[in-house]
Amino acid sequence: MAKYLLLKHYRGAPASFNDVPMDQWTPQEISDHMQYMHDFAARLEKSGEFVDGQALAPEGTFVRYDGEGRPPVTDGPFAETKDLIAGWMVIDVDTYERAVELAGELSAAPGAGGKPIHEWLEVRPFLTAPPTITE
Amino acid sequence: MDDALLRTLTPSVLTVLVRRGADFAAAEDAVQDALVEAVRLWPDDPPRDPKGWLVTVAWRKFLDSARSDTARRRREDRIDQEPPPGPAAPADDTLQLYFLCAHPSLTPSSAVALTLRAVGGLTTRQIAQAYLVPEATMAQRISRAKRTVSGVRFDRPGDVATVLRVLYLVFNEGYSGEVDLAAEAIRLTRQLTAAIDHPEAAGLLALMLLHHARRASRTLPDGALVPLAEQDRGRWDTAAIAEGVTILQAALARDRLGEFQAQAAIAALHADAPTAEETDWVQIVEWYDELVRLTDSPVARLNRAVALGEADGPRAGLAALAALDDALPRHTAVAAYLHERAGDPATAARLYAVAAGKASNLAEREHLTRQAARLNTAGRKDERREGEREDESTRGS
Repeated sequence: MAKYLLLKHYRGAPASFNDVPMDQWTPQEISDHMQYMHDFAARLEKSGEFVDGQALAPEGTFVRYDGEGRPPVTDGPFAETKDLIAGWMVIDVDTYERAVELAGELSAAPGAGGKPIHEWLEVRPFLTAPPTITE
Repeated sequence: MDDALLRTLTPSVLTVLVRRGADFAAAEDAVQDALVEAVRLWPDDPPRDPKGWLVTVAWRKFLDSARSDTARRRREDRIDQEPPPGPAAPADDTLQLYFLCAHPSLTPSSAVALTLRAVGGLTTRQIAQAYLVPEATMAQRISRAKRTVSGVRFDRPGDVATVLRVLYLVFNEGYSGEVDLAAEAIRLTRQLTAAIDHPEAAGLLALMLLHHARRASRTLPDGALVPLAEQDRGRWDTAAIAEGVTILQAALARDRLGEFQAQAAIAALHADAPTAEETDWVQIVEWYDELVRLTDSPVARLNRAVALGEADGPRAGLAALAALDDALPRHTAVAAYLHERAGDPATAARLYAVAAGKASNLAEREHLTRQAARLNTAGRKDERREGEREDESTRGS
């Protein structure tokens, strides 16, 4: 029982095998892709392994504290930031191997030409609560 | 209303339904429905015979659901022909329920979820909350688990070891929520030891009690971990320790040693020491030798290296550590600790920082980062003092 984040990048991951920007796909290809993602999440819910899935807008703002009594400073977006998160899925699975297997399935989502994108997804374990018995 | 009593009755009510011919999955749903009714009705109208009440209501719920499902018409006919309920099932039926819920065909997470619901009487929502997953996900996990074991014969003896592993998981990897999973694991293990006379079941109960006894002292209010040597021993639960030790001694007297008894023996030796300095590390190393012999577990070897470092000095600990795979979880943390004890704070600080990056939980990561920070701060002070001394000697000349 461990939670993993399957992280999808707009930018920052190695290039996909089938690396065609989405706006160059046919509308049907986009629908098929969305359906695949939806079915994948539904399948995980059925298998009792789904925790969360969210997509993020590509543009965000950097915010920081600017001292007592002053409003926070905002800046960006910064075009040069090398890593850009597109979205994630959180799964709760029995083993790391299972997490990798599921990430592989998600990466097979169809893209241009109806062929799998082979997109690189990042698999990150969640930090857990400390176990009671350690010594 | 006594929620604990209600949950204690869950497994025996469920086994009565199964004995009467209800299939496990439907019976389990019916018992959950009956528990919900009890929570609603008992506060105003407590029954004289709580178990009898639950059996009656659960059985009615089961019949209702069987009737409403026309696809199950044939089974309903069969149920209607069944003789009226006989006397309550014997206590050891609970044991069959443990076996079923920890069946080897289930994944660990499924077995944990099913055990907590069918044996523990927790609701799906409570289990989902405890393991930080959505309720719909947990509901699916449980219903899949029930489907997986639907073909398993209820009266077939199971393997106690699989049950103990599931209970150990509930105790050791429990998250937080409105349900105290460690306490729940203790309750279920205690109930198991009442149903079966097994030294390892007793060993596991002792192990849980001995660790649970130290819980209040294990963390600071802000969640920071307190290592065993620095814990306030005055806050240890002496009643739980005494109970754990008594249970362990009775189990050990049976002369059928297993891994949980060995782990409990180690916990008992820690609990027995009035101060960290008075810990009997020599005996602890001997128990780790037993544990390594029983399990051949790399984690046991790692912990043995720590114990050896205390019994024979940090050099001996480091030598034992060198023989182990450095990819083991906590290997670097142990190396850092032993290097500090061996008088090499610079190496220790570096290793603590590396270990923090590898930690699998937040509390441990913070603890290790703090250790690195402590040594680095002390190191900088030493350097400053060196510098000041040099300045003085230059001025003096």
